[in-house]
Amino acid sequence: MPNTPADLAERVAAICTAHAHLEGPMLPILHAVQAEYGFIPEPALQIIAKANGVTRAEVHGTMSFYHDFREEPAGKTVIKICRAEACQAQGGNGLAEAAMAKLGVDWHGTTSNGAVTLEPVYCLGLCACGPAVIVDDTVVGAVDGAMLDAILTEAGA
Amino acid sequence: MKIYVPLDSAAKALGADRVADAVIAEAAKRGVDVELVRNGTRGMIWLEPLVEVVTDAGRIGFGPMLPSDVAALFDDLGAHPKALGLVDDLDWMKAQTRLTFQRCGVIDPLDLEDYAAHGGLVGLKQATEMSGADIVAQVTDSGLRGRGGAGFPTGIKWQTVHGAQAEQKYIVCNADEGDSGTFADRMIMEGDPFTLIEGMAIAGLAVGATKGYIYLRSEYPDAINIINRAIEIANVAGILGDDVLGSGRAFHLENRVGAGAYVCGEETSLLNSLEGKRGVVRAKPPLPALEGFLGRPTVVNNVISLATVPVIMEKGAAHYADFGLGRSKGTIPLQIAGNVKFGGLFETAFGLPLGEIVNTLAGGTRTGNPVKAVQVGGPLGAYFAPHQFDVPFGYEEFDGAGGLIGHAGLTVFDDTADMLGMARFAMEFCAVESCGKCTPCRIGAVRGVETIDRIAEGDADAIPLLTDLCDTMKDGSLCALGGFTPYPVMSALTLFPDDFAVGKKAAE
Repeated sequence: MPNTPADLAERVAAICTAHAHLEGPMLPILHAVQAEYGFIPEPALQIIAKANGVTRAEVHGTMSFYHDFREEPAGKTVIKICRAEACQAQGGNGLAEAAMAKLGVDWHGTTSNGAVTLEPVYCLGLCACGPAVIVDDTVVGAVDGAMLDAILTEAGA
Repeated sequence: MKIYVPLDSAAKALGADRVADAVIAEAAKRGVDVELVRNGTRGMIWLEPLVEVVTDAGRIGFGPMLPSDVAALFDDLGAHPKALGLVDDLDWMKAQTRLTFQRCGVIDPLDLEDYAAHGGLVGLKQATEMSGADIVAQVTDSGLRGRGGAGFPTGIKWQTVHGAQAEQKYIVCNADEGDSGTFADRMIMEGDPFTLIEGMAIAGLAVGATKGYIYLRSEYPDAINIINRAIEIANVAGILGDDVLGSGRAFHLENRVGAGAYVCGEETSLLNSLEGKRGVVRAKPPLPALEGFLGRPTVVNNVISLATVPVIMEKGAAHYADFGLGRSKGTIPLQIAGNVKFGGLFETAFGLPLGEIVNTLAGGTRTGNPVKAVQVGGPLGAYFAPHQFDVPFGYEEFDGAGGLIGHAGLTVFDDTADMLGMARFAMEFCAVESCGKCTPCRIGAVRGVETIDRIAEGDADAIPLLTDLCDTMKDGSLCALGGFTPYPVMSALTLFPDDFAVGKKAAE
């Protein structure tokens, strides 16, 4: 993908225009920018601010409030492990510890080869079939050690 | 041959897509003509993927299915090792009163004809012939209360918005179901999305709102996909749009995706988020009913509250209000989660004792160990111990027992649970998710983690400090995040004092 500053400015402005008719377009715009780039590139903030008649600080304030929006690219695969109570009752803590040990990262960390970013998530609504994990957009339930190994191997960790 | 394989994300998480692929492959191999329907889940998650085959006698269930079990579906069904019998005759299904979830798992979620053939759109059709005030009266008479947890009477909220004068009013559906142990919203959005859409359209007609938003959490990618497609279908079919079912009245609906902030399940921070701001809690008053989205009168209701409106319109307020206990009228979808034998969703009239839910419906723990604690109502709900199992499931009853029913999720823990660890997690979660607006929540949660760590190290003097901190958070926080985090913390401390004496024991 050509990624010169001019390309980025043009693309982000186009995303803003496409959402201009919405009431409260900021979250849809941020989601769309992140879908395009995998994170919110810093220069995008000023462009979004200008298009929406707010300050850059306000856009930054909104972006930084939400766990979903990244300021840096994630690994190729994002694996989120549920930390919430129902998964803890089914062995979620042990699963998370095993994942961190195998990947050699803490929460929010990315493996040195850039293959996997590990994130906590607080509930995937899979509370009757935990512990639960979401690999990019694919849900996996009743995850045990062997399944975790398979997921990590497939992700190239 | 007609075969149902659920598309619900719990079923998918347990391998339903691979089973569906196996059905198609096996049918092709055998040259059998198969109609494969991807339905919602029936709610028996321990049986997922639960495959159903249509026979002359009815729908026969098979589960939990592996792809390797699929081939035998094409032979003698009665001899299949995973055969469960007629799904409607299973004890779990027969014992329920399915009103809100009457179609969930039964129909193809995106087939409008199937929806209408099972009672869908009856309520909305009636509503188009009624005045707004009459619709509000029917919902008020049903006794429906906010199923998101607050339990505020839905009809009263609607009455306030109905009475407000404004150019533009809104219906906002709170689908930011972040509470651990709850999945009823997800299940109905994936399994019967038109029910929610119909409920929102009825709400729009009732209060005079022509625009609605669903605020759906980003952690539910499957539900987002299904709701988006359902809205498109409903627009084409004239259920939504400028002329709802030919009534001449408009209702437009848009789905908005959250961004991973738990606090946005609180209605005022949800509204800020929808407006594109930080999801910070607003002080009340003004009530959202009068100054909500963009400062205009807004109904903010939970998914289940809105999805229950169609059946109230269809069967009448009295029919709904006849179920239940005291001021908790109607049915409640219990979500049975955590370490249980039989986890899933069970819709029933209010009033079942907690112990019956845990020991009979859930069948005790999956590990077979004794039950130690049950957290009711999500991460802000109190823990209950087995000696409290006679409390009947109702808003006032749980309040009286020092807890809350919240969104009716129940998370069961066996005797290996470390309740000091759970109390610490409650504080840690509050610290991670605090919106930062009020001090008791923002600072209190961080101090709470530190204080519990002191207790873990054997500092008994920190226990009264923790109690005092919880009082401050409870009395001084703006919303339920800081205000209710003391519920799990204090119930863990009070009910399981031994778990808070670990350091002392180690020192002795």
